[in-house]
Order: sequence, then structure tokens, then C-alpha cells
Amino acid sequence: MASSFSRVLSSKRNIGILSLVGGSVTAGFLLHREHVSAGAAVRRRYPASAEYPDLRKHNNCMASHLTPAIYSKLCDKATPNGYMLDQAIQTGVDNPGHPFIKTVGMVAGDEESYEVFADLLDPVIKERHNGYDPTTMKHPTDLDSSKIQSGHFDERYVLSSRVRTGRSIRGLSLPPACTRAERREVERVVVDALAGLKGDLSGRYYSLTQMTEKEQQQLIDDHFLFDKPVSPLLTCAGMARDWPDARGIWHNNEKTFLIWINEEDHTRVISMERGGNMRRVFERFCRGLKEVERLIQERGWEFMWNERLGYILTCPSNLGTGLRAGVHVKLPLLSKDARFSKILDNLRLQKRGTGGVDTAAVGGVFDISNLDRLGHSEVQLVQTVIDGVNYLIECEKRLERGQDIKVPPPLKQFK
Amino acid sequence: MPFGNTHNNFKLNYKVEEEYPDLSKHNNHMAKVLTKDIYAKLRDKQTPSGFTVDDVIQTGVDNPGHPFIMTVGCVAGDEESYEVFKDLLDPIISDRHGGYKATDKHKTDLNFENLKGGDDLDPNYVLSSRVRTGRSIKGFTLPPHNSRGERRAIERLSVEALTSLDGEFKGKYYPLKSMTDAEQEQLINDHFLFDKPVSPLLTCAGMARDWPDARGIWHNDNKTFLVWVNEEDHLRVISMQKGGNMREVFRRFCVGLQKIEEIFKKHNHGFMWNEHLGYILTCPSNLGTGLRGGVHVKLPKLSTHPKFDEILNRLRLQKRGTGGVDTASVGGVFDISNADRLGSSEVAQVQLVVDGVKLMVEMEKKLEKGEAIDSMIPAQK
Repeated sequence: MASSFSRVLSSKRNIGILSLVGGSVTAGFLLHREHVSAGAAVRRRYPASAEYPDLRKHNNCMASHLTPAIYSKLCDKATPNGYMLDQAIQTGVDNPGHPFIKTVGMVAGDEESYEVFADLLDPVIKERHNGYDPTTMKHPTDLDSSKIQSGHFDERYVLSSRVRTGRSIRGLSLPPACTRAERREVERVVVDALAGLKGDLSGRYYSLTQMTEKEQQQLIDDHFLFDKPVSPLLTCAGMARDWPDARGIWHNNEKTFLIWINEEDHTRVISMERGGNMRRVFERFCRGLKEVERLIQERGWEFMWNERLGYILTCPSNLGTGLRAGVHVKLPLLSKDARFSKILDNLRLQKRGTGGVDTAAVGGVFDISNLDRLGHSEVQLVQTVIDGVNYLIECEKRLERGQDIKVPPPLKQFK
Repeated sequence: MPFGNTHNNFKLNYKVEEEYPDLSKHNNHMAKVLTKDIYAKLRDKQTPSGFTVDDVIQTGVDNPGHPFIMTVGCVAGDEESYEVFKDLLDPIISDRHGGYKATDKHKTDLNFENLKGGDDLDPNYVLSSRVRTGRSIKGFTLPPHNSRGERRAIERLSVEALTSLDGEFKGKYYPLKSMTDAEQEQLINDHFLFDKPVSPLLTCAGMARDWPDARGIWHNDNKTFLVWVNEEDHLRVISMQKGGNMREVFRRFCVGLQKIEEIFKKHNHGFMWNEHLGYILTCPSNLGTGLRGGVHVKLPKLSTHPKFDEILNRLRLQKRGTGGVDTASVGGVFDISNADRLGSSEVAQVQLVVDGVKLMVEMEKKLEKGEAIDSMIPAQK
């Protein structure tokens, strides 16, 4: 299949320049992204003040920071792809608030969104990431799993271990903004690269549009199958368009390394296994990620990354590492202790039910994972989870023995 | 331009095959008509306000099919959509509206006096009567495409027009975002309150953006004339009352509409209309009159008769449950209304409802007496 893209220049902070080479008969026409004026149809007949959203009943990060002045400044700007502010904030306008968590309320349509709309995104990022200041700070990336200390949990408590992140392909728009062709290009690029994985990582791809009923059932039983998003946080941002076109799941034969294609991000990469060997999960995670990166680079692609924001993903909450490392762990006694939340907080951990975000715990089993994503490296965050979960297990054991527990001092944060 | 893939110049870097949607599992009017060639021809076009063919078809791509009805699968973003994308929309309109041709002219007749009868539907069977239509205000883009500023301007203009009405049309506007709990309760009890659309047919077309900003309900003090502002169309106008006096409902409908239209014209924002497509609305299914005139009628016996659907078909009527489209009937009570919108006038369509329902009530009575109705089955209208 004639893929029409080739080299992407520059991994520096500059906006990536995309060269397009026509693949077939009408031999190549070279296009630089900067010259491809999307010709955003700005039909602004009303002043910014007439267009400014009514956010008085809203409680999300976007609403907290989108002043009329910032709106006025940004509302006529467009990324080279033609993505505009109203699109970026639509999800936050349509979804005033979540009862339990303060949602972000905006998305990026492409890599350049983080530059073009920086006046809004920077304060949103700072609030969401606990004070990380994208205008002055640098994000550390570290996928050297050999640095991890300990990391094999007591399996009487830890039922399963998992690390996930996301990766975006530089030069292609993100799920809120991508065209069908771009989305298909993401699928092609990634599936092509994954076919090059070997050994314990070798596996296969299941396209959502073509999977058989039997394959679908197996994927459901394995808890691998992802469904069309129903959350209005995602649908209002346009991420479910054209479903299930160019969506799919890839996993290795051992079912320990899994990649979602074109769900909420270009790719979501997951390493997991039953039991408490977080160390091995993270090792495979790092190795797999690096292999995939090497394979796409061979073909002239790269991941979206910069030293200010780390890995670039659709939702600002997933910037930096995009990493959520977690376990399913039995904490029936500790979870009933009044100090549980405070302990988690100080350890920079969060709890979820075993169905993931927005679900409740069942049978005293919790999903415990890192709170932070940006400003700490992958190694640091996974170590935080390992140390924290060990502490929680210690507390649980002490409570079993009738001993008292202590709330640990809070981990150091930015400034 | 609700979503990001509207920026055509960038998309044109890709070949047609790469952008053309996969419609292999789809069953809606758009999917039946949109060939690769038509897509190729239209993909570099946009209306003056920037609406593109991908905007038109997104809802149809996202919603492959409906189990009971053949959905349209596309929307207009503005008046010009029907011109710029006519290569796609004309065949869809033809399919949906009984072969209506690109050269056909649509007749508008809002003179209620041309309706014959309609004031004597048996209230023992006909529980309520209702006529609704939609109107779009010239100079503004439609709900799939409009910005907050436009939507608010539409609301302002509409409220100004409606609050200037008097006599039987004197009433009040209730904006969705500032109604009190008591007002909301009352509107729900009156069956007036409309909710944020949940149907993906509408949400995928971008019509629920910024909810509930600039949305609201206006109704007259008598609660017989109701206008929805900025739901699926700029305006939805509804005349209704209990019982079977469809004639009175239609009179009020016509008079009220004409009064409103005059006020809008004075502000240089008349209604979108042309002699080919009649009244221009968001969904191609509502072109022409945009009129659905119907009753809630008790037909427990007739509705279980094997020829019920055929009778409806011949009378050019359709049935729905009493919750409206996509609902089931309860207790043998059906919502019966005209099936057509384009190619016949308002008077003609309401006439079909009046005559058809009258006939069906007589059939019901016959069946109650254990008599056959075969001789009463009408010829195709």
C-alpha cells in the first residue's frame, strides 16, 4: 500500500515539519506542513465577547483558567492543521464537571496545539500536574528499568501488576482532530512496526472492523477489548468519530504486552501480568517501548516528545510520562481505616475500583497507581508505586496483627 | 465546524481512497448514495461559512443504521449546503421523499381555511392533536455548525419576536440555563420540556454542543402554542391541544407561524425557504413543510389487524409510540401522523391526517362490533 509519507525532520522543540511524498503515478509533490495552510474558515461574525462560553456553572481546569482575555487572544488562532481553540475546549464546555474529580476540560488536536494555545494550556498543565511549570521546567524521561529497586510484591496481596502509557506519532493529528486518512495512517505505521517485534514480544493485530466473533469473545475474556467510548468527556471532543474505522488491538502471544490503536490516543501501550512482579512488567514495558520506537524510526517516523512536556498525548493530564503503573491489591482492613486516603495522598498514589477509573472497589481489592505523570521520570514513578504499595501491604499486615499503623510523611513535590 | 476534520485544504493532501469512509456495513440514505466519485467531487468544496462534505456526512458515518427506520445519515450546516452539496443531497432527498426530483417545485400552503373538516375527530378515540414544524432563520448557520455567538443571536432574535406576540399568543420564554426548579417541574408536567439530545444521530452531528447555552422554550399562556429554540433546528413550532379538533390546532399553527414570520422579516431575517425545497431545515427529512401533524389515537383492535401497516401506508401515514419517534405504543394508543414532508403542502398533509384518522377510527368501531373492515381499506393515496 503506497504510504505517502516519509521523513519527519527534527526532534527538537520546533514544530515538526512534515514532508509529504506522493506515492504513485503523479510522482511526488513535496509539501511542508507550514505551507499547507489549512485555510481555517474563520467566519467570525461575532466578537470574542459574544462567543465566550458561559462557564459559571463549570468546574474543570479549562474553566478555571479560560478568562475572556485569553479567549479573545486565542480564539482566532489555528494550528497548521487548522485546529482551533473552540474545538480544544468543546469537551470542557459540554461537560461542566465531574462529581468526584476535577476534569481537565480540554484536549489537544495535534502537537502544535500545546504551542499555539500555550496561554491556556500552560496554566491548565500547571494546575493539573501539581505545580509543574511548563514555562520553566524540564521533564525527565527515563526508561532504564535496571534502576528499579525491589519490585516483586507479596502475592498474597497483589493480584496483578500493570504499567500503561501512550505514544503519539509525530506528524499526524491526534484523535480529536484527525481525518480518516490520518487515523488509517497511524494504524498502518504502528501495525507495520509491531509486526517487527520478536521473541516474547511477537504477536498479532486484531482490527476492530475485521475481527471475527470468536476473536472478539476471546479478547473480551482476556479483558483486552476496548469499546467505543461512551464517556461524554471523550465523545464531545470528537474522539469516537468514524468508529470503528482504523481502530484495533495488538497483543503478544503471551498476552503480557498489549497496544490499543486509535482509541483515546494514537497508541496506548500496556504491559501486564498476574501476580506481583512489577519489576518484570516494567522491564518488558521499557524494552517493548524502545523496540517499537526503533521500528518506527527505521521507517522514518518518531514519537511526539519535547523536553518541556515529555511525551505528547491528547489529554493534558497524560503529558510527561503518560504513565500509570498500578496493581490490583487486597487491602480490606486498610481501606476501612480512616487514614487510608491520607496515606495514599502522601505516597502520591490514587485508588480506583478494579474496573478502572470511575468504578468502585469490589471485595476490598483496589487498583492502586501513581497520581503523577509529568515532572517525574518513568523510573521515578514506578519506584514510587513500588515503595508505596509495599508500605500499604505493610500497613495491612500490621492491622491484621492488631498493630497500629502510621501515616507516612508526604513525598516531596515541586517547590 | 464542530470537529477537527473540517479543514479541507489539509485533508486534500490525502488521496480520495484514503479519506473515503468505510460504509460497507452501513444502511442509511447517505451510505447508499455517497460513492467514491461523488466524495471526490465534493471533498474540496465548502459553503461560505466553511461547512464541508465531511461535516455533512459525519453523523451517517458514525451511525451505520437504525433497526427500525432508514435514517438519513447527513445534515446541512447552513442554507447553502443544499446547493454546494447537491450532488449528494439531491439523490438523498429523492430517496427519502418519494422520488422528488431536482427540478420539482414544492408548494407551500399555510391557509388553514383550505382544510376541509378536521374539527370532528371522535374525542373518545382521539386523545390529542398536534401539528409541529421547524423554521430556520436566514442569515445564520444551522445547529450542526453554528457558534455560540450565532446561537445566542438566534435566541435573542427569537425571544424578541415571540415576546411581542399578543392575544391568544401571549406567552413567556424560559431559557434552559436559568429556569427555576419550579418552572422546570411545571414544564415537565406539561410535557413541554425538551432535554439535551442523547441520540447519537444528533450528537454526532454536533447539535448538542455548548448545551444548554441559548436554548429555551417559549409557550403561550394557554399552553397550546409552543416554540423550542435551538434544539435540532433554530425553531420548532408546535400547536397542540387535547381532543380531536385538528382544525383548530392547524388554524392556530398557521396564524401563529405567519405572525412570527412577519416579525422576523421586519428584522431582515426571514425564514429559510426556496421554491424547490420549501422550508430549509437541518435534516433533509424535514424539508418542504417540515410538518408533522398527528394525533394520539386509541386503536387497540385496528393496530393488531394484519393489514394495519398496509392501511397506514396507503393513507400516507406513519405510526409511532406515544413517546414519539423510536418509542413503543402503550395501551393501544398510537401517535399517527403524516409520512410525507416534501412535495405536498401543509394543508394537503394535514388533510391526509384528518381524513385518514377519521377512517381508522371508523374501522376501529367496526372491529369493536366484530365486523370486517376489508371493504373500507382505501386505495393508495
